[in-house]
Amino acid sequence: MQPSSSSAQTPSRANLAGWLYVSPLVLVLVPFFVAPILVVLAASFFATDGFGGLTPGFTLASYVEVLHSAPTLKLYLATIKFTVLTWVFTLIIGFFVAYFLVFHVRNQLLAIGLFLLCTVPFWTSNIIRMISWIPLLGKEGLINQALLAMGAIHQPLEVLLFSDLAVVIAYVHQLTIFMIVPIFNSMARIDKKLIEAAIDAGASRFDIMRLIVVPMSKSGIALGTIFVVSIVMGDFFVVKVMSGGGSASVVSAFYEDVGVLQYPTAAASAVLLTLVLVAIVSLILRTVDIRQEITR
Amino acid sequence: MSAVLADMPKSDMPKSDMSKPVAPATTKAIAPSKGDRPWTFYVLATLFSLYVVALYGPMFCIYVLSFQDIRGGLVFPMKGHSLHWFVDLFTQVRTGDVKGSFDRSIKLAVIVTIITVAVSFLAGLGFRKRFRGDTLVFYMMIGSLVAPGLVLGLGTGLLFQALGLNASWYTSALGAQLSWTLPFGVLVMFAVMSRFNHVWEEAAYDLGASRWQSIWLVMIPVLAPGLVAVALFGFTLSYDEFARSLQTAGSLNTLPLEIWSMTLNVTSPSLYALGTVTTIVSFIVIGASLGTIVLIQKKRGSQAKG
Repeated sequence: MQPSSSSAQTPSRANLAGWLYVSPLVLVLVPFFVAPILVVLAASFFATDGFGGLTPGFTLASYVEVLHSAPTLKLYLATIKFTVLTWVFTLIIGFFVAYFLVFHVRNQLLAIGLFLLCTVPFWTSNIIRMISWIPLLGKEGLINQALLAMGAIHQPLEVLLFSDLAVVIAYVHQLTIFMIVPIFNSMARIDKKLIEAAIDAGASRFDIMRLIVVPMSKSGIALGTIFVVSIVMGDFFVVKVMSGGGSASVVSAFYEDVGVLQYPTAAASAVLLTLVLVAIVSLILRTVDIRQEITR
Repeated sequence: MSAVLADMPKSDMPKSDMSKPVAPATTKAIAPSKGDRPWTFYVLATLFSLYVVALYGPMFCIYVLSFQDIRGGLVFPMKGHSLHWFVDLFTQVRTGDVKGSFDRSIKLAVIVTIITVAVSFLAGLGFRKRFRGDTLVFYMMIGSLVAPGLVLGLGTGLLFQALGLNASWYTSALGAQLSWTLPFGVLVMFAVMSRFNHVWEEAAYDLGASRWQSIWLVMIPVLAPGLVAVALFGFTLSYDEFARSLQTAGSLNTLPLEIWSMTLNVTSPSLYALGTVTTIVSFIVIGASLGTIVLIQKKRGSQAKG
């Protein structure tokens, strides 16, 4: 706790001022984040009559059920597979798109224009963007039509739509922007003089990438990773629609449970998923102090 | 920029590299202001173009397909052209209450935007200085951002149920959406405020401004473009919010919920027409916001000159 430097305030007055400023934020987060999470936590320990009625009490039955059921492991593996694949593709594309815009486009106005070009589709509904793959990937879609016309295949490929491939394509389509924006932001703040100095000192382009650009974009990469990982792990409708019901994720199973009013098991699996997410995010925050980097 | 240089030791730059014999590196510049493009430029330019094509391609397909006539289907080739599916979208009962949900979504997004801008701005001010418990608030915010939306939505729904309150789009859904737009807004605010020069604020105090005068007369005008950015974030995140609204919107749907139920039971180009309409609305909102930013900059420019 460092006392504020600009005005002669005592630490306790600075604390009060800080809390006054963030109090509206806290007044929203407590009833709409903390309380709901506690409700879910409580519900995970309740018993159920099987018809949506909850009996207050304390039982670990739901956790035992979730942890002991074979599908749980499969769901987590599927979710992790989608998360890792999406993360890898969005990171590669996002990093190089940001790198291209910051370091290769010499005209700054053009760079900003191209950056906006990347963000525009983000303003369209996610669901609409997802179903926009149907005319392309479908059995009678453009890709199959083109491949058939070229004679590359004789039967339409069925693997394109309603498959794991389609799920990953939809995720990458939706989420790359969440990598581009923070990475672009942190890269844009790298002083070009630093790179010129490195060149003068004999660094190769690879050295510059490895020793300057990547370390200094770390906060952007971390922030993008948090966005992408938490969205993919918390999502269910992309998996549901794009896999055609063939695949499931932890949250889509949760959704099914809620649909049949199995609140305690749904809550237990939600608590487990949230713990996994908290572990991942705090691991990332431990490596990179986002707050420090953002406010510097 | 001094902040960047101060960070240098953190960037693991080995000191030993400095002592190596220096090679002339003019041709190897990665971002020279002059000279030929390195080969990586062409590789990355290709990657960028491919990305943009993949980004826009599918969406253009549905925009085009939404203008088919009554025989139209979900895939190419296109059958005729008309506005049939747009009329169908807003008149047919079977496609759901598009007009009503559209209305609600816009209203909700406007309310969310106003609250998000105000609360994020204040929180941004609060986080500029350390205070006891700031880390707790920060982590609460990050938690709210990363918590699975469906889980939080269910929790809010159950909470309202337990308290005997009716879930509706302007109470529980509003709160659930704010738990998602506020963390985004505050993070953007951090980035915006990191570029604010504190000297201006100090100058205002030196000239006898009160805290509120310095906020109203100095900070808000200077930060206006950033605040517009936060507003834009708030609007689109809310307009598009789905998972958190699912269990909290009550009996009346918001637009994404309506689209969701349409994807489950409508298999006509009406769905694509809806995509086209929502895109047009988004463009109007972005256009208005960018226009505001330009206007602010222009006004400021002329004030500086005059």
